[in-house]
Amino acid sequence: MAQRPRTINEAARTMLECAACEGVELAWERLEAMQPQCGFGKLGVCCTICAMGPCRIDPFGMGPQEGVCGATAATIVARNLARKIASGCSAHSDHGRTVAHALLLAAEHPESGYRIKDERKLRRLAEEFGIAHEGRSAEAVAKELAEACLGEFGKLHGELVMAQRAPEPRKAIWRELGIMPGAIDREVVQLLHQTNMGVDADAKNLLLSGMRCALADGWGGSMIATDLQDVLFGSPKPLRTRTNLGVLKEDHVNVIVHGHEPVLSDMLAEASRDPEILAKAREVGAQGIQLAGICCTGNEVLMRRGIPPAGSFLHQELAVLTGAVDAMVVDVQCWMPGLTRLAQLFHTRFITTSPKAKHPGVEHIEFEEQRAYEIAKTILLRAIEAFPKRDPAKINIPKHEVDVIAGFTAEYVYTLLGGKYRPSYRPLNDAIIAGRIRGVAGVVGCENPHLTQGWGHVEMMKELIRNDVLVVATGCSALAAAREGLLTPEAAFIHGGRGLAEVCEAVGMPPVLHVGSCVDNSRILIACCEILKEGGLGSDISDLPVAGAAPEWMSEKAITIGFYVVASGIFTIFGQPQPVMGSPEVRDLMCRQFEEIVGGYYAFEADPVKAAQLMIAHMNKKREALKLRPMMYEPAAEMTMASE
Amino acid sequence: MSRIVAAAAIRGSHEVVRLVEQEYEAALSKYGPEGRIGFPGTAFYLPMAYALLGVEVETLGQMEPVLEEARSLLSEEPTERAWLPYLSSALDAGIATLLGQEMLMALRYLDGREPIPGWHGFISDTILRSLGIQLVDGRLPGFAAVIGAAPDNETAVYVIRELQKRNILTFLIGNHKGRTMRDQLLEEGVIPEDPVAGWDIYIVPLGPETHHVIYSLNWAIRGALTFGGVRKGDWEKALKYCKDRIFAFGLGLGDIDDLKYASGAGAINMGFPVICDTPVPEIRPTGVCTYEELVHELDYQKLIPTCVEVRGVKVTVREIDIPVPVAAAFEGETVRKADMHCEFGGKYSTCFEYLRMRDMDEVEDGKVEVNGEDFHEIEEGGARPLSILVEVAGRKMHQDFEPILERQIHTILNHALGVFHMGQRDMPWIRISKDAVKAGLRLRHLGQLLIAEYHHRFGAIVDKVQVRLSTDESEFPPLLTEARKAYNARDERIAGMTDESVDIFYSCTLCQSYAPNHVCIISPERLGLCGAYNWLDGRASYELNPAGPNQPVPKGRVIDPVKGQWEGVNEFVYQASNKTIERFNAYSLMEDPMTSCGCFECIVAIVPEANGVLVVNREYLGMTPLGMAFTTLAGTVGGGAQTPGFLGVGRLYITSRKFISAEGGLPRIVWMPKELKDAVMDRLRKRAEEIGMPDLPDKIADETIAETSEDLLEHLTKVDHPALSMEPLL
Repeated sequence: MAQRPRTINEAARTMLECAACEGVELAWERLEAMQPQCGFGKLGVCCTICAMGPCRIDPFGMGPQEGVCGATAATIVARNLARKIASGCSAHSDHGRTVAHALLLAAEHPESGYRIKDERKLRRLAEEFGIAHEGRSAEAVAKELAEACLGEFGKLHGELVMAQRAPEPRKAIWRELGIMPGAIDREVVQLLHQTNMGVDADAKNLLLSGMRCALADGWGGSMIATDLQDVLFGSPKPLRTRTNLGVLKEDHVNVIVHGHEPVLSDMLAEASRDPEILAKAREVGAQGIQLAGICCTGNEVLMRRGIPPAGSFLHQELAVLTGAVDAMVVDVQCWMPGLTRLAQLFHTRFITTSPKAKHPGVEHIEFEEQRAYEIAKTILLRAIEAFPKRDPAKINIPKHEVDVIAGFTAEYVYTLLGGKYRPSYRPLNDAIIAGRIRGVAGVVGCENPHLTQGWGHVEMMKELIRNDVLVVATGCSALAAAREGLLTPEAAFIHGGRGLAEVCEAVGMPPVLHVGSCVDNSRILIACCEILKEGGLGSDISDLPVAGAAPEWMSEKAITIGFYVVASGIFTIFGQPQPVMGSPEVRDLMCRQFEEIVGGYYAFEADPVKAAQLMIAHMNKKREALKLRPMMYEPAAEMTMASE
Repeated sequence: MSRIVAAAAIRGSHEVVRLVEQEYEAALSKYGPEGRIGFPGTAFYLPMAYALLGVEVETLGQMEPVLEEARSLLSEEPTERAWLPYLSSALDAGIATLLGQEMLMALRYLDGREPIPGWHGFISDTILRSLGIQLVDGRLPGFAAVIGAAPDNETAVYVIRELQKRNILTFLIGNHKGRTMRDQLLEEGVIPEDPVAGWDIYIVPLGPETHHVIYSLNWAIRGALTFGGVRKGDWEKALKYCKDRIFAFGLGLGDIDDLKYASGAGAINMGFPVICDTPVPEIRPTGVCTYEELVHELDYQKLIPTCVEVRGVKVTVREIDIPVPVAAAFEGETVRKADMHCEFGGKYSTCFEYLRMRDMDEVEDGKVEVNGEDFHEIEEGGARPLSILVEVAGRKMHQDFEPILERQIHTILNHALGVFHMGQRDMPWIRISKDAVKAGLRLRHLGQLLIAEYHHRFGAIVDKVQVRLSTDESEFPPLLTEARKAYNARDERIAGMTDESVDIFYSCTLCQSYAPNHVCIISPERLGLCGAYNWLDGRASYELNPAGPNQPVPKGRVIDPVKGQWEGVNEFVYQASNKTIERFNAYSLMEDPMTSCGCFECIVAIVPEANGVLVVNREYLGMTPLGMAFTTLAGTVGGGAQTPGFLGVGRLYITSRKFISAEGGLPRIVWMPKELKDAVMDRLRKRAEEIGMPDLPDKIADETIAETSEDLLEHLTKVDHPALSMEPLL
């Protein structure tokens, strides 16, 4: 393990070398210190649900095969997994709720600084929710829509409104299986109840409930987050910016926004242009304020405001190491508590902002939506205060930064492929039908120090595009691809197969499309629906030549995403296995039986190239079932493979 | 690569918009915002702006929002590296170019700079409607907008003949380094000086600048409005209609500059691909167009086949082994006196053509008999008598089909290059050109052509054909007597047919390729509104192609004999109109009238103040007493929608016993253009006598009597027109 490179990225490597010389401990060191990690936990067979335990099942069949209560490995594995799904669903969905609140605020208190930026989408959503909107002000409509969306979390009866976007055959499957989601909160609560001691001991039943809860995320909480963010902060369209640690500027006050929600960071972006703030920055000798993103907050402000992403999940500590980050502002999810001690070694102000996310010893400036702009300014002032305290000896900004084209959405595909007057998915469907594009792969998810940072994402994507698969990416996966130049249109000619390159050339788009943050995986679901509507590629999502992957996943949210993607009918690969390998029964359910039940199923494959080949084989199978033409061209010549 | 194309198109769109802005400012300061603007002969204002934006531009001031939209579609050129997606910007640049070029041309019409002498300029609505049937029945499978010029005259002629051979209507546009394709074809004697005469040979020069391409495109977009029932401003449907139903393409000859790229981007928005004879970067992935968007073909031999393939134009080219080329595109060709070798009939000699059905054993298939002097034996400029006897036999042949097949002699002979044919029966006039005779054309070739075409077009009913052509008048008398007897018998037979005498009507959905919800019901007393199909044609067509556009429609139970409503017809119409029309009355103008595709010969429109109707033919360009010209009225009738008070009809229907008989029929007619009145006068008088109103034709006003409703009413009162005292129409 020690020999495996920690990252494929040049800038990150530079920082890691410097980190080593300073003797700072980062996630990689902590991981090493943690070895050997608990095998029972990894296999999912450790149960801590009740105080009769902890129990663990011997995976080799020598020791006990049942817990104190009599739960088998299958029950324990399924219950543990279900709890992770519930946790992931609550994270995304709570994010959605926050955005719905902000929308309500924009409607009721325009002085809060929030405004409705995409009124057309607002009215389209109002239509979908059965809210009368003609002749009414945007604020009045927004208020009702926000309340309707908030209602989705706790409504007494009925199915989720946005889940109705799924194609009819898909909804029929969900209803038949009893996994069509209702109120989002209720799905989380019921799933947690089912995992309680002495409730559900049927692995299949648990995982089906897990699917329903996950669907409440993908077609509920996440989708609400995505759509309402578009209404509030504007629907993204393609833009160009730069990425990697090199976007930090020595002569600017550098503020990193990290976490997941754009509610605060969008306001920070707004406030960073405030003349008063800029004057203060100049007073301390800075040229201006450089905002940069990390993780999904970074993706949100990237795709709407063009704010350059400094990096992905494993870059959060590396950014601080540059000695040039004056403030690191986090909201919720994926920030490491390790940042607290690290920031103390530098002048960096580490600031938490969510009442849900605090850490002792960290300055907490609680974000209140009503006073959003004011608080944003306060935070920026803290960064400005820190700027003169930089230690010049510690400043080490790697010069690496590359171009990135970001900001594609399911809706924008219409314009992308037809302009204002011929909006259509037809060219995409045509390209798939004609065999220029083999299929579409969603490569998403986190980073994990268990794997070389970026290796899984980038090698998988290269193998896919070499085989004429169009890739859509979100989250840290998209950021990893961006750093290696895959989010540029030129990448199509360097790495892409001939068919894909022809399409990218005609459209002027990269072969890997940045479609947003991790809640924006919902955009991929919608894109699938739009492809089906355009016609010629079957009637259900499970008919499409598409596949999903999370090659470097680590968060519980990834598990939830995986489950709603699979339940939507899509074959999905995880790099490291989910913690289910302790039960052959559960593994068989997920990797084989799911296909018959919901059309989608799992595979676990850590080698990104092999994983890509599995995805390609799946697409070929679907192409054959659709009786599509053979691929127009042979795959591009193999690139020299970076291998472990 | 595509980026270069996108960059060029975007630059071109900026150039166009800049030019319009300059001209617009100049026009504004000269004429003011109230200055009237528009094109001649259209009810669609600036048609592209009308279709895409829904604006009715009549004054300079009203052009502002169109200009504003064009401006908003302009974008920056893609960068050298890490470019943003450019397909959408390039397509938007194309729309900006379409809107801009249209405004530019309208501004030039304003002060008489258009059309340029020798060039056609704007294409009127009337031309669209009269070509409608040819567009749908495959005689005119598509159109080509040729931009630029061929490298030399020889290539120009080759390319144009390749297009003509496939019956593709060709517009000549723009120039290459100052040289135009019109120059090239004029020099080679392929096209006449008069651009309007070009319609007859499928070659119409529109204008010498790239901007003139808009005339072909804002003509095409009117197809959606006229035939497709697309409403103004429904840009998505209008453009999709063009993509799905209008088989047009651009052919770029010579260098492609920014302006040509921008115009091409406009065409691509309409689903019309562009094919070039220079190595331009290609855009092959499909989807904006049905097939590739932009391709090049450097080999002229393959150029037109490539165009046809890329646009998916459905053409059938058959090589018939005679010394001159044969195609519908040559149908409109006239042989002028100076180019003529010899002629037959007209006022110079006896000439007749006669087709009769024989028993199977009386016809020797493929036999051509010739008697008398042949073309080359006649002195230049000479006239001779001619008889053409066509004898056919077939198991499914029927005597009723004789006149239908006989009428085809005109079309078939006209398709041969260098053969001009007019008239029918015992009144034809045929000319043969010097070039044709020089190429070796002889009498027997006309026979071969007739035989080949009868087999090809009517193979389902014709098993055997033989032809005898004679220039020896001494053999005419017995045959001519028989022929004349047959002509009369046929007239009497069709005259005796009534709607009541048959149980089956025929449908016609030929126009559904253009007007998806329209269906014609053809009865013996009401022919198709295009004037081209009567009941017998419908029946013959069904025999020829049982799965074709003409289907038998059993009348079924009579629901209303006066209005002309039948259960069977209603059921058929409901299905065939894609469940949009639940019922219709064949004889009523006011209640559930028949729908129209758009290619009607005439419009019957209610004149409420006169308690009557007017009938206006599409050739009439003037104003009607309704204050609307034909083109404006036509806008309310087409597209497969029922519009009480308005009806599209064929000319012959005016004198039918069933002409809006539910509302009282013929006595309702208060106004017709003089030209139309004269054309139908004989039959009008006969019909007026039948109904006991012999002076009715003289009471019907025309434009020489009244052009306003006030004048019309005054006239009607003066002559005591019967309509005034009939039951109220409303």
